[in-house]
Amino acid sequence: MSAAAVRTDAGGMPAGGAPLVRLRALAKTYHSGEVEVRAVRGVTLDIEVGGFVAVMGASGSGKSTLMNLLGCLDRPSGGEYLLDGANVAELGRKQLARLRNRKLGFVFQSFNLLARTSALENVELPMLYSATPIPTRERRRRAGAALARVGLSQRSGHYPSQLSGGQQQRVAIARALVNQPEILLADEPTGNLDTRTSIEIMGLFQELNRTGLTIIMVTHELDIAAYCKRIVVMRDGQVIGDNRNDSPRSAEAELATLGRAEQQAQLA
Amino acid sequence: MNLLTAFKLTLMRSRQTLFISLRALRRNKMRSSLTALGIIIGVASVVALVAVGNGAKVQIQGQVAALGQNLLTIFAGSSRTGGVSSGLGSASTITLADAAAIAREVSDVAAVSPEDTSTAQAIANGRNWSTTVAGESPQYLSIRDWKLASGSMFTEREVRGADKVAVIGSKTALELFGPLDPVGQMVRIKNIPFVIIGLLTSKGASFGMDQDDRILIPYTTAMKRVTGDRYLRSVSIEVSAADRMSGAEDQIKSLLRQRHDLQPGQDDDFNIFNQKDIAQTAGQITTIVTYLLGAIASISLLVGGIGIMNIMLVSVTERTREVGIRIAVGAQASAIQLQFLIEAMMLSVLGGLIGVLIGVGAAHLVGVFANFQAIVSVGSIVLAFGVSLAIGIFFGIYPARKAAALDPIDALRYE
Repeated sequence: MSAAAVRTDAGGMPAGGAPLVRLRALAKTYHSGEVEVRAVRGVTLDIEVGGFVAVMGASGSGKSTLMNLLGCLDRPSGGEYLLDGANVAELGRKQLARLRNRKLGFVFQSFNLLARTSALENVELPMLYSATPIPTRERRRRAGAALARVGLSQRSGHYPSQLSGGQQQRVAIARALVNQPEILLADEPTGNLDTRTSIEIMGLFQELNRTGLTIIMVTHELDIAAYCKRIVVMRDGQVIGDNRNDSPRSAEAELATLGRAEQQAQLA
Repeated sequence: MNLLTAFKLTLMRSRQTLFISLRALRRNKMRSSLTALGIIIGVASVVALVAVGNGAKVQIQGQVAALGQNLLTIFAGSSRTGGVSSGLGSASTITLADAAAIAREVSDVAAVSPEDTSTAQAIANGRNWSTTVAGESPQYLSIRDWKLASGSMFTEREVRGADKVAVIGSKTALELFGPLDPVGQMVRIKNIPFVIIGLLTSKGASFGMDQDDRILIPYTTAMKRVTGDRYLRSVSIEVSAADRMSGAEDQIKSLLRQRHDLQPGQDDDFNIFNQKDIAQTAGQITTIVTYLLGAIASISLLVGGIGIMNIMLVSVTERTREVGIRIAVGAQASAIQLQFLIEAMMLSVLGGLIGVLIGVGAAHLVGVFANFQAIVSVGSIVLAFGVSLAIGIFFGIYPARKAAALDPIDALRYE
């Protein structure tokens, strides 16, 4: 892996179309007192529609800051970020909120569901903030459909405390999907889950990606990154590796193997 | 058309925020109800205490009115023996001639009753009761605006004859005769037998004195046979019209000073009580008491408001992550601010509504248990409710702004 690899677009740009995400020398510098923290220093990256990218790196490598920038939760202090053609640096707070609402879906390591709120109501949340209000019945219908898509139709009335970690993450994914975003941003989505559940979540991501959804995921586990189609590696705020993964692991196959192993263990 | 759609959109969005706030309140039922409790108690006490104050005012006004219309009462001055004051009416200064002179010479006097009142033991029907024996003139009933339940009042002729006739108050009658009709019966006062010729209607208590516990007899009889007084204790006077009260008072004052040979600079040896003054003073006192009660209750309302701010501030901190999630999924800062503001307002408005209900209920309970009619005023309800709404807005704005200003990244990381 060399720095030169950054410039060769590992995912490949679709002919004639602009990439969905276009980063040019993107930088973010924090000032905490006298100290200047250059969390992201010049990242240049293109991510096309339908991409499934893992961003890897040790803690402090700037991958979380990059995610916050990609998620429009933070504004870059230098460089350029074009999301679907729009220059994010030029947008105001209101427009960023609208962008998050319509084009981005977030999945977090700690699920971040509202407590004492049913799965269905959690999934409804982004629709409560859409620019054009959505009638209650339509909201319910869409939330129900999103829950069905992650396989949780039966649990729509449950509170987060009544759900397993994997189920909670599925609710969070349904919430991220409900406004039909362009990009799903996942920050260590399997960080709090056991191996089997992690593979299940990755399987769900692969399934969603097959339907055309662009996914960008931060992880520090190579095992998990192996399910993605492209792996970007960061260190000290810079991209030091960007490789296409031509043979991603198949969560479906893994689960089948795992199932057989479990069966054998039971028989023995 | 464009304007209409914009309006509809705003309306729908407000409804949505209202809905979000309602959900948030419902999620924290315990905290919500405890917060509202402050406002509930505040509003309830304002409504109830002002109702009690108003009730007291009306009752006292009623009692003053029960004394009689346009009533002036002259008391003899207090007698002083070696620095010991024996109270009003104890001095021997007002004579029957004074009373006659007032009736004769003061133009606006409608009726006069010379009074010689004492406390005595009344015995009748084998029973024994200590009561007020009031020597009065026949005009006393009109002066006090009092009616007879049965029988008749004694006449001028009976006064001239110092006859042993009595008109009995309803309370005294009940104590001596029970349910029997006392008219025509005998009652012994200081061992002197009196024939009861009339029964007074009930007037109730006034300023702690039961007006129905008394026996009226002619003032001549009282002076000659009961007390042996040669002077009057007091004189009750009815003035022809309310606006003549002070004029009549002044005339009586100068007349009596002249008759008593008082020099300028010398103190009066009598006192004149003006029923209107009493009514006014009583009215002022009860108004002050009402304001005082209202002020005390308002303090609890204010404390309730601060409670709301306190809880909302805690709530913003406690729900930092929730705010972060909402911002992440695309909530505008304005929507977050509105949500917290509406939550505070709903707490105070709901608290205010419940408080009004409890306040009205408490006022009624006071009426039931204290035998006293508390009067709930619409003004106090509107005021208390309005103040609680204002408190919700005022104490809700700061926490709401704080929530809206949160940084989403920090908020999402908040533990």
